[in-house]
Amino acid sequence: MLTKRIIPCLDIKDGRTVKGTNFINLRDAGDPVELGALYAAQGADELVFLDITATVEKRKTLSDLVNRISHHINVPFTVGGGISSVQDVSQLLQNGADKISVNTAAFKDPDLIRSLAGEFGSQCVVLAIDTRQEDDGEWYVYLNGGRTKTEVKCEQWAEKAVALGAGEILLTSMNHDGTKKGFALEITKKLAGNLPVPVIASGGGGTMEHFVHVFEEGLADAALAASIFHFKEIAIPDLKKYLTSKGVNVRK
Amino acid sequence: MKIAIIKYNAGNIQSVLYALERIGEKALVTDDPNQIRQADKVIFPGVGEAGTAMKYLSERGLDQVIKSLSQPVLGICLGLQLMCRYSEENNTSCLGIFDEEVKKFPVQSNGARGHSFKIPQIGWNNIYDLQSDLFHQIEGGSYCYFVHGYYASTGVHTIAKTDYIIPYSSALRKDNFFGVQFHPEKSAAVGENIIRNFISIH
Repeated sequence: MLTKRIIPCLDIKDGRTVKGTNFINLRDAGDPVELGALYAAQGADELVFLDITATVEKRKTLSDLVNRISHHINVPFTVGGGISSVQDVSQLLQNGADKISVNTAAFKDPDLIRSLAGEFGSQCVVLAIDTRQEDDGEWYVYLNGGRTKTEVKCEQWAEKAVALGAGEILLTSMNHDGTKKGFALEITKKLAGNLPVPVIASGGGGTMEHFVHVFEEGLADAALAASIFHFKEIAIPDLKKYLTSKGVNVRK
Repeated sequence: MKIAIIKYNAGNIQSVLYALERIGEKALVTDDPNQIRQADKVIFPGVGEAGTAMKYLSERGLDQVIKSLSQPVLGICLGLQLMCRYSEENNTSCLGIFDEEVKKFPVQSNGARGHSFKIPQIGWNNIYDLQSDLFHQIEGGSYCYFVHGYYASTGVHTIAKTDYIIPYSSALRKDNFFGVQFHPEKSAAVGENIIRNFISIH
């Protein structure tokens, strides 16, 4: 039976993890490769590396890092952050990335999704959507790392992107991100229940119970989290045991 | 040990090279028929679309090269599908090493509590009814990583099964030819052991 996936996310800047971690057993907790390998060994089903480097050397640094990751990590991984062209993606895939995620650039030029899916296949094109529920109750798409509001509704953009060839949706609720009060179940369910592609829920996971909710009620195919793993508030093996005990099918 | 990875117009080929390097094996990524014929082991990987891939292989005579190989050959994902007789994906005649047909997963309506089967299947699923040395010391029910929208039916060459919508062949074998639908290069320790097992096959 296909399992629900647990995905730790690592934020990267200039080839290093950004947020602090308290993994005292790591030689170098700032090394994304070492941290990623630890998560993989603990049972992470996939990894996401989100690059927030803004310098001109970005491309080279990132593709070197991706190359190092693929030499050390034996589970699939996605690379995202500022990807805006077929050439960017080609270089990352050549260096061993399994998938790439696009966000702002794809919104501004939806044809990018079609080009990427045509060139490399939908299976490696993840569309990341940052969304916020406004006072009118609707979920709107935000760009530029959540700094720019658009008037487009999340569901419309997701449907369009899937029609263009996006193979997965990484859905981050800005209302929930960082709160540790649980995932955005309603919008996750809307997307995961209606779209023909997997939906990765992100933002708000704080307890192991939250993961049960996002899989059972939110119908998410995968759940992504960062700080709760980095700060060892939840260990992946414990989370998987807990999910199994609650009847959620995960890889053991 | 000379391992050749067949180079063609499909994705994910580098990943197989890196996976081999992780377990201490070197390999040559090549489309040179002589290099492929002289290798001790041949890996035929790939993620992509069947029709375009077959066309590329035939234009370069690689289809005939692959069929004529007598050393152990491992097809991965699209590699397995191309080693079958026929694929529904763009109505493609394939290599015909395995007699099985490759079909598109049927679309299912929503199951219990709204859970639906998405196509392609993406993620970790069990492999069971394991046969052959390829699965030496691999437990039935082990998890492997899959990404595919088409599947090979079960038949005489099936050496592992997986259930997604229906039971299908997650591995096939005929003589020196092996094929796996999952990605051993991305399937954690289980996948690495399957790759090691393949390398040990004589």
